[in-house]
Amino acid sequence: MRAGQSSKCASEAFFAALLLFLASPCLSAGKTARGSAAQTSQPGEECLACHGEKSLTTARAGKTVSLFVDAKKFSASIHGSLGCTGCHADLAGKDLPHETPLAKVNCGTCHPSEMEQHARSLHGKAIARGDPLAPHCVDCHGNHDILPVKDSRSSVAPLKIPFVCGRCHQEGTPVQRNRPIHQDNILENFSESIHGQGLLKKGLVVAPSCASCHTAHLILPHTDPASSIARRNIAATCTKCHAEIEAVHRKIIKGALWEKEVNVLPACVDCHQPHKIRKVFYTQGMADADCLRCHENERLKRTRDGVSLYVRAAELEKSRHAKIACSQCHSEVNASHVRPCETITHEVDCSSCHDEIGRQYLSSTHGQLLSKKDPNAPSCKECHGNHAVLGRQDPQSPTFSINIPKLCARCHREGQKAAVRYTGRQHEIIEHYTESIHGKGLLKSGLTVTATCTSCHTAHRVLPRSDPESSVNSNKVPATCGQCHHGIQEQFDNSIHAKRLAKSGKELPVCSDCHTAHSIRRTDENSFRLDIMDKCGRCHEEIAKTYFDTYHGKVSRLGYTKTAKCYDCHGSHDVLPVADPRSHLSRANVAATCQKCHAGATRRFAGYLTHATHHDPRKYPLLFYTFWGMTALLVGTFVLSGIHTLLWLPRAFQMRRELRAAEAEKTDQPPAASPETPESAPEKENSDA
Amino acid sequence: MPEGGSEKKQFVRFTRLHRVMHAGMIVSFMSLALTGLTLKFSYTGWAAVLSRLLGGFETAGYIHRSAAVVMFGIFIAHLVDLYRLKSREYGSWRALLLGPSTMLPTRKDLAELTATLKWFVGRGPRPAYGRWTYWEKFDYFAVFWGIAIIGSTGLTLWFPVFFTRLLPGSFINVATIIHSDEALLATGFIFTVHFFNTHLRPEKFPMDISIFTGRVPLAELKRDKPREYEALVASGKLEEKMEEAYPPIVIRAIRVFAWMALAVGFSIVLWILYAMLFAYR
Repeated sequence: MRAGQSSKCASEAFFAALLLFLASPCLSAGKTARGSAAQTSQPGEECLACHGEKSLTTARAGKTVSLFVDAKKFSASIHGSLGCTGCHADLAGKDLPHETPLAKVNCGTCHPSEMEQHARSLHGKAIARGDPLAPHCVDCHGNHDILPVKDSRSSVAPLKIPFVCGRCHQEGTPVQRNRPIHQDNILENFSESIHGQGLLKKGLVVAPSCASCHTAHLILPHTDPASSIARRNIAATCTKCHAEIEAVHRKIIKGALWEKEVNVLPACVDCHQPHKIRKVFYTQGMADADCLRCHENERLKRTRDGVSLYVRAAELEKSRHAKIACSQCHSEVNASHVRPCETITHEVDCSSCHDEIGRQYLSSTHGQLLSKKDPNAPSCKECHGNHAVLGRQDPQSPTFSINIPKLCARCHREGQKAAVRYTGRQHEIIEHYTESIHGKGLLKSGLTVTATCTSCHTAHRVLPRSDPESSVNSNKVPATCGQCHHGIQEQFDNSIHAKRLAKSGKELPVCSDCHTAHSIRRTDENSFRLDIMDKCGRCHEEIAKTYFDTYHGKVSRLGYTKTAKCYDCHGSHDVLPVADPRSHLSRANVAATCQKCHAGATRRFAGYLTHATHHDPRKYPLLFYTFWGMTALLVGTFVLSGIHTLLWLPRAFQMRRELRAAEAEKTDQPPAASPETPESAPEKENSDA
Repeated sequence: MPEGGSEKKQFVRFTRLHRVMHAGMIVSFMSLALTGLTLKFSYTGWAAVLSRLLGGFETAGYIHRSAAVVMFGIFIAHLVDLYRLKSREYGSWRALLLGPSTMLPTRKDLAELTATLKWFVGRGPRPAYGRWTYWEKFDYFAVFWGIAIIGSTGLTLWFPVFFTRLLPGSFINVATIIHSDEALLATGFIFTVHFFNTHLRPEKFPMDISIFTGRVPLAELKRDKPREYEALVASGKLEEKMEEAYPPIVIRAIRVFAWMALAVGFSIVLWILYAMLFAYR
């Protein structure tokens, strides 16, 4: 019964609202009607003697104002039992007819808290300022005909509130025109919103009206932190009705954080605009089945360019977005159209849910290219796919760790579109990576925790090495590698090669300078161990050269690793100056370092000059003079013996000729010359002589 | 070579032990030179190739040290042989060291050196050399010197931990320089001057194999060592030092070995020249 009554009232109210919109004169007419409606009263017979007369008027500020009180309405009102003097307290005991004008009725006498709230509110402050447009109690509640809020005929019943507020807050009113109110078409938008439709169209008295969000009396601008619609409080206000909405939104924004970090996370109104709720951001009633009615068709093509619009429902069901409706991604659809998708003008914007990732992506090289509308730019779907999108934990996903090199290779393999644009020094990246320790770990051993492309380059913030923000920029490389090799990073950060410690202005090495970027090898591979010496020598030129003059260096140079290399003595990641007591080569540690290979080595043994050169007389005089002494001995011996030999040569040739001649003679006269060899005879004579 | 094995009997100049020791010397010296020079000239591509051929630096190291032990052994064997020679033939060190066949340099050697130099420049006859010429004595003492210098520094490098109990660590560096430069002198000298004296001298070209056979034709003895020949004739001991020549097959085998040693030696000389002149750093 009551429900029927209220729905009747609602439909009445709706018509009233329509009238309000259509004809502004109606408003002033309404005002006059209200004025005249307050002209009857019952209890104070004395009062009614005059005020029962409809013609009773007075002049106020040059205007004629009716003073009629409708006795019937007053006695039916909630204040009916109070009599006239209950409110017009200044009349008590006065002679009638009384003097005019009367003092203003103070509702706060009985309603102190409402009065106090109102005084603090935007409206109350406007009254205090003397703003002629400021609303007093009577402007919303009426005067002699006030009914309880629960009475559907009350001017502040839920269904009527939009109109009460709308009297001032609609387009064209002096308030809307002359006061700083930043929302447009408030009443219109509200009445079309889901809240407005619920309230006005469907007559749901529980649907929120203006006062539900703005409160009834303590209305404050959203910039005031105490306001119910301040950013800080908006979530609390909405959750008064939408109690479980946090859970619903958890995938988009962490619900629990709404109220804690109001400046970081979006408030409800960022998506669901005030007064226009639900109209803008998503569409009502779009079921996936509606979409699939057309998109199930394998031959469905876009007329513009013939791109297939076929959607495999099965694929979608298995995807990570299985529970996401079509329209949540394709948000531009409009359910009120026969073809809801005809309103779509843009590509799907993943960042509307994946907000942070979207921002990262836009700052990356990939995103920057997309912003420039570069045809080579990879968008989200290039890597993640579209309807079949799977999480990166799914082995079938192209973004599953083992599949990532293949994914990146699509563009970054030599000859492909990204590799062609690339001007840096890294080439055959994919091949090198595949052969590297990371590549083998990932692709051969199937270790999913092994570093893959995105581990170093990040997935969405991919930037060139030269960019200081890049994860592979030299100042970030140690931290990037340290994500996995944390222990090494700790050592490195305390080494002389770390930016923090090195006082030299020279460029410092980072992980990739020794280990390379893509062809990282096992450090126990001989080739790596030998190459590393050249790496040190790139900066430590002199010291590396002299190292190769010593036994260790010479053996290494021959291609063998079982002898001390740079890192065997200096350490690999924890390199420190020799003067540093923590260095492997400090006074206290050097003998132990030598003992790694030379069991029983002493401090004196460590006096071996591992970087000695015999070319520096000032630094190594002993070696210098030993070397030159030895050289002098060598040269002297060779010069003397050389001269001796050279002088001998002509005589030796002479002897050879004589021997040949003698032999020839012997063969000519075989019997004669046998015992006494002829060639010795002249020689003997010579020597005798 | 001219009067090969066809002569009935030849003069025995070197005992069997001498010959074995010389062959052992060749093998150990070549091994030491090859393995050592790979390290000295490690900056040449040749060194890396050779090091690999020799079985890697560790194996090369074992070869080097084994050869060094062999050479020390030969050196000691020679000293023992000298002692036995003294006891058997001379009776006293004095007789051995101051006799006509001494290896020690004498005033006569100095005279022969000046006479030889005169002969070289055509201002005198060729001297009548005795059992050992001055250049043979020089070669002989070069080995003594070399064993002492290279051997001692080599041991220092072999046992650095032990030696640095007595010496400062930088002496290892000094030892390295001495060892390697003295070895360079030894190899350079042996493979040029010594080779010339025995193989490349035009009248003996291409080689004199008496150190392997131990025998020289009498004519050659008369020509090269007339003083010794005459002394032998005078003492009547010549006949007891004459023995049958080796059969041709043995001679051929000896030649093959000698040629190999010669080839290795010359290759090493070329390598040294290349490393010193074109790749030095």
